[in-house]
Amino acid sequence: MTQASDSMAQGAATDRPVANAAAARRRGSFVERNRGPLLVTPALVTLFVMNIFPLMWSFGLSFYDYRLTRQDLPRFVGLDNYARMLADPSIWESLQTTALIVAGSVGLQMILGFFMAMLFQPIFPGRRILLMLVLAPMMLSYVAVGVFFKLFYNPNFGLISKLIEVFQGTPPNILGDPVGAVLGIIFADAWMWSPFVMLLVLAGLVSVPKYLYEASQIDRATPWRRFWTITFPYVRSLLLLALLFRTIETFKLFDTVYIITEGGPGTATKVIVQYLYRVSFQDFRTGESSAIAYVILFIVIVLTNLYLFMVKRREQEQ
Amino acid sequence: MSDIKLVDLTKRFGELAAVSKANIEVAAGEVLCLLGPSGCGKTTTLRMIAGLESVTEGDVWIAGKRVNDLSPAQRNIAMVFQFYALYPSLTVAENLAYPLHAERLPPAEIKARVDRVARVLQLESVMDRIPGRLAEGEKQRVAVGRAIVRDPTCFLFDEPLSRLDVALRQQMRGQIKEVLSGLDKATVIVTHDQIEALTMADRIAVMRDGIVEQVDTPHGIFARPANLFVAGFIGTPQMNLLPARLIHYADGLGRFAVMGQELTVPVDPAVGRLNGTGAVTLGIRPRGFEPVAAEGADTLKAVIDIIEPMGAETLVHAVESGTDLRVVFDHLVPVAPGEPIRVRIRPGQLHVFDEKGTRVHSA
Repeated sequence: MTQASDSMAQGAATDRPVANAAAARRRGSFVERNRGPLLVTPALVTLFVMNIFPLMWSFGLSFYDYRLTRQDLPRFVGLDNYARMLADPSIWESLQTTALIVAGSVGLQMILGFFMAMLFQPIFPGRRILLMLVLAPMMLSYVAVGVFFKLFYNPNFGLISKLIEVFQGTPPNILGDPVGAVLGIIFADAWMWSPFVMLLVLAGLVSVPKYLYEASQIDRATPWRRFWTITFPYVRSLLLLALLFRTIETFKLFDTVYIITEGGPGTATKVIVQYLYRVSFQDFRTGESSAIAYVILFIVIVLTNLYLFMVKRREQEQ
Repeated sequence: MSDIKLVDLTKRFGELAAVSKANIEVAAGEVLCLLGPSGCGKTTTLRMIAGLESVTEGDVWIAGKRVNDLSPAQRNIAMVFQFYALYPSLTVAENLAYPLHAERLPPAEIKARVDRVARVLQLESVMDRIPGRLAEGEKQRVAVGRAIVRDPTCFLFDEPLSRLDVALRQQMRGQIKEVLSGLDKATVIVTHDQIEALTMADRIAVMRDGIVEQVDTPHGIFARPANLFVAGFIGTPQMNLLPARLIHYADGLGRFAVMGQELTVPVDPAVGRLNGTGAVTLGIRPRGFEPVAAEGADTLKAVIDIIEPMGAETLVHAVESGTDLRVVFDHLVPVAPGEPIRVRIRPGQLHVFDEKGTRVHSA
């Protein structure tokens, strides 16, 4: 509190001539002399306590046999946790499920996002308002989207279930069926994030100079050729960015799955983060869960670096 | 016949008339330059010929066919864009081949034609590069190559040389002229650079504020400007446009009050038929004077203000009675600021413009 008021007083003092301020700094109290470092300290302390320390601590824990629910002291086991994890067939199953959902959802997002961007490229009346509406899903919280879709899929009164019932006669139990549950997750996630892909692609589409389209008209190019030689090269790098960005995000997908299926039926939608959640907060195998978390972190870091590499390449292109 | 005819061509953007009632004909094998300051409607006119801009009123005829309602692709034209509009992701060879795909030619034929154009424009060494890795001059040649690689009915150029430096511009001017002279097509070139227009065109259409002011050969535009705008726009240094008053006309001689002096010079008989207040504008190019020693009824005097040596010639700014006079002398004529000069207008170098700014001449 005193720190804050002191620094505010200092802020008011900056109006004085520079020479005076410098002199005051030499003579002044400890707080006055270290104003800058003191201002960033709270943020740094928070970051260290909340982020960096737990990160290091959990990295350490990943080499120990330790359970949060027991009184036993952590016992050093070296790479045992990692070895056990890699030998566990259910983690591979989870990774497979994750890969399936990532591939399905991101693929759907790319296709839907791209076509929506094509639709929104021309200027038409009401475009801005429609654009805002279309962008709404990605502004929602994961929990809200999860609850929506859990209700949509409800066999008794769900909107989507009722729609399917119209076609097949009987109400489907989407989330009770392993394939249906995976598709349900994919659909919900794609619904939420296609607008994001659309936004990126739209940025690429509007950056295509108009004279290129005019030149291709004069050159009598077919729409097909025009798309592949002019439009696509301009959005290619942005599409790749969208692809990587969405892959990283979808890899970490948890909230929607947790709310819609909780990993079920059985283990059909048990994505890797869901698996991690179970190990750490249901089984409380803390040491082992730290090891899993670090493997996930490693995969995400690899993907992130790929992403940054792409960003850099796009900058160089422009 | 591959010719272009514009009949009362008009383009309005809302209230603004970008082009009003343009009537221009370009014969096959002829190069016409649309020349004018920026915003005069020359590019809009070109884009209407190309079909990239819709026509508000009037007609565009290409090769004897009214094409108002045809798309650019259906008009079978070739166009070189101001920013070249090369396809950035394609190599030079692919750019050159691009217009040929519409003709469904066998690959061998496409390659042969692309190679021929590359040879003519000396692009063989850069065929595998993308436009981003080309010099400006090379980009320009690719753009020209893409236009001549197929057999269109006419060629349209939009400021083709505006992005090149002076030396390259001179070189490309010659090259484009050479390429075009081998093809029997109507060509329209848009430019704001009069040297470009004067050197490349068979005829020039001077435009201002959407109106075609004059269409004539380069020599005709220079020697017989239709009005004050054309007179002032064409020629460097700019033509002297001196406010004057016609005092008397008799037997082909006009007596004018100009620059606080009286000047008696031979004029077109049409000057004698002028009515009204007698207020006219005398137009004389800076190179239309010769220095004289003695005062006479046909000489003008002024006091030298500034001197601009231009190498072989010297541009002299002189002043008399608040009116500026630009005179170009041979570099051997001695001049110094503050000294008086006396000049005579050489025969045929005087243009008289009436109150409305139209050149006065007998039909």
